[in-house]
Amino acid sequence: MSRAATRKKRRLYMVVAGLLLLGTATALVLTAFQDNLVFFYSPTDVQAKKVGEDRRFRLGGLVKDGSVVKTGSEVRFTVTDMNADLPVSYSGILPDLFREGQGVVAEGKLDRSGVFIAKEVLAKHDENYMPPEVAEALKKSGQWTGAQTDAASHKAPQN
Amino acid sequence: MHRFANPTRFLRLADAILPWSIAATVLALGSGLVWALAFSPADYQQGDTVRIMYLHVPAAWMGLFAYTAMAVASAVALIWKHPLADLAAKASAPVGACFTFLCLVTGSLWGKPMWGTWWVWDARLTSMLILLFLYLGYMALQGAFDDPQRGQKAAAVLALVGFVNVPIIKFSVDWWNTLHQPASVVKMGGPAIDPAMLVPLLVMTVGFKAYYVTLLLLRIKAEVADAKIRSLRLTEIHG
Repeated sequence: MSRAATRKKRRLYMVVAGLLLLGTATALVLTAFQDNLVFFYSPTDVQAKKVGEDRRFRLGGLVKDGSVVKTGSEVRFTVTDMNADLPVSYSGILPDLFREGQGVVAEGKLDRSGVFIAKEVLAKHDENYMPPEVAEALKKSGQWTGAQTDAASHKAPQN
Repeated sequence: MHRFANPTRFLRLADAILPWSIAATVLALGSGLVWALAFSPADYQQGDTVRIMYLHVPAAWMGLFAYTAMAVASAVALIWKHPLADLAAKASAPVGACFTFLCLVTGSLWGKPMWGTWWVWDARLTSMLILLFLYLGYMALQGAFDDPQRGQKAAAVLALVGFVNVPIIKFSVDWWNTLHQPASVVKMGGPAIDPAMLVPLLVMTVGFKAYYVTLLLLRIKAEVADAKIRSLRLTEIHG
């Protein structure tokens, strides 16, 4: 084999080995950071006391059907992950996508009585896109599994 | 592979492809935009805001695609010292940066009415912002050396190192809780997007891809011409 060819081979091995090492290092770092990279906690996490007391955090889940009560500027609703529920109180403007059965992420604190006092409420959109007629047809035929179950399964705590 | 290393052969190939890629760009982007903005249905939840998706999603894909192309070209340049690979990586960077920027801006414009915020620091949005910084860093590093060859080499290493971010962006919505929704098109169990929306989205994607190919070829052609001028000037001075 010529010298130029061996040099090319050596460079190839070096690049491949470098990428493998880098990939392994990144995977290890990301696994170590798994818990810190969480954007929100589920009601189950909160019940399991995964969140420190008196700490500001984000709560994520689905708005429970029939739980939204508006009194003046205050909105009360329940966030659920189909496993645990948490009551939320919020005063302010709700985003367009906020509705019962849809995902939300609220930022705030737990008060003494276990109610989550939200300072900010964001709507979470799911991955389903369809025209209104299709959504209607699915609901009529009883095949409506889309939004609710998918969003819930994604919010289930992984560890 | 070295058959294509020859710039003359590359120029001939590029000139053969260019009319087709330009035609595909005009056709797919033109029809795709009209279809997406006027004739595709509104979403059952988002209403007409869903139309932002037809720009946002192809832009995001192209941001990732252009980076992958840049990383592969950089690896080829580092290992086989292929002169055209250097030019391809260099040409890909600003195009990919623009796609990434477009993705971030359209996403932000969609986020305000839908989520209720322009920006959140969740894993998907943050990793996409890092992609933009990687592009900018790549371009800055290229020009930071007096010797352009050394700058090119340093930038190629950066492009390869930054490639770890690409799978992180793709899977960020599966690995962590994010505000960003999970994948709708490329996912297990088929797309979760109605065919009436998926088809114009794919037409737009073809248009973006053809646009990328067109720009890439034009930019490489310009780089080759630039190199030619430089060597002509040098022979004028020294010869």
